[in-house]
Parts: sequence; structure tokens; C-alpha cells
Amino acid sequence: MSDGIKKFMFVNTKAPYGTVYALESLEVVLISAAFDQDVSLVFCDDGVFQIMDKQNTEASGMKNFSNAYKALGDYDINKLYVEKESLEERGLTLDSLMDLTYEDEDDDWAEKPSINLVSRAELADLMDQQDVVISS
Amino acid sequence: MATITVEGKEVEVDEEGYLVNLSDWFPEVATEMAKIDEVEMGDDHWDIINFLREYYEEYQIAPAVRVLTKAVAKKLGKEKGNSKYLYELFPYGPGKQACKFAGLPKPTGCV
Repeated sequence: MSDGIKKFMFVNTKAPYGTVYALESLEVVLISAAFDQDVSLVFCDDGVFQIMDKQNTEASGMKNFSNAYKALGDYDINKLYVEKESLEERGLTLDSLMDLTYEDEDDDWAEKPSINLVSRAELADLMDQQDVVISS
Repeated sequence: MATITVEGKEVEVDEEGYLVNLSDWFPEVATEMAKIDEVEMGDDHWDIINFLREYYEEYQIAPAVRVLTKAVAKKLGKEKGNSKYLYELFPYGPGKQACKFAGLPKPTGCV
């Protein structure tokens, strides 16, 4: 693109706790928002657990940072793709996930869902359209 | 490790003056940090600091200045939710300085 805006896709494939990948990726995503790029996020494989509703990390002694995903809308990051097959393989549905929304500036700040359910094949097409794909 | 003394209590801060332990915060910590930065705290400053603490409580992150501005506009009105107003209150940057006074870490996404 000529206006300097690139399409960045961050692909999250790991469970939120146990490794630092999920938290680090989220930090990079929030920082990338400062550069006015076209940012989208993917949650597939165990990455779908990152945005599960009602997380409780007490037993693990880890900080529960899941509410930070709810701030993504404030950062104008509102394209979150969840892979359908990954959910199904883990016995999850969209109802198992947090209610992540954004306010649409062009539609009188109406609250809209940020999560899009996509199939593995659709995801492959989306990845094909990106300038940069970063996975963790 | 550096410390600042607030009401006779030693409070640990990092090399940039941010609290090391978020739980060490109490309102006088903000007042003392402001004194060090030569900022006179008024009700308008407290509005922003309280707002930031609530935001952190809810989302577990310190918002970037762009996000803070937008959120303040929504909650406290447009005349407060603009960067000119916020920079007047916190000359070293509403994100960085206000988060510091509020006892939060450096904002995520502030570069």
C-alpha cells in the first residue's frame, strides 16, 4: 500500500499461562496500535484459550491478564478471528469466549462484536492477504 | 533500589520513578511524586489519576495516551478529553506522568 499502512496479523496459538507468549504477544499488539497500522488477531489451536471467559489463575499463581483483551477495542483493534475448528476440537463454542466488543466511530459509537468465527480455509485466505504475519 | 519517603514510609521506585510494588500506593504517594516533578495537584489532576486507577483495575493495563484521551472524553466530557488539556495537567505526558502518580506501570503502547 502506498500510504504506509501495512496489514499486520498476529497469530496466537498457545495457551495463556505456562509460557509468556500470550502476554508478550498482547503487549506487542497494543504497542503496534500506536503506529496506526491495520492490525488483526487470530486465535487458533490452544490460542483460543487466551480469550476464554471467566478465567481464574489463582491456583497457578499467575496474574490474570485476560481483561486486557477487553481493552483492544479502545485501541481500535477490532478484527479478532477465532478458528472454528480449533474451538470444536476443544469442545468450546463462541459462548465459551469473552464478550469482546468495540465502538464503531462511523456508526454513532454503536457497540459491535470484535470476534469473527472463521473456518481454517477462510483463515488461510485472510493470511494470504497480509503484509506481515507474526505467530506465537 | 531508589525510594521516596511519604509520611515517614519508604516506598520503592524504579529508575524512572514508577512504583515497584503497585500495592504500595496511597494518595499521598501521588502528592509526593507530584512535588518531586513540581506539579501542583488539584481536583482536575485527581480526576485523571482516579480514572487511571479504575481503568487499570478493570483492564489490568495502563492505557496509552491516545486511549486515555478518548476514554476521558467519553467519561468526563470533550473539554477534558483532549491532549492539550491533559498535557497542561501533566506536562511530562499524561500517559507517563499521570500513570506514575497513580502508581501504575508505564503505559502499554506509549512509545
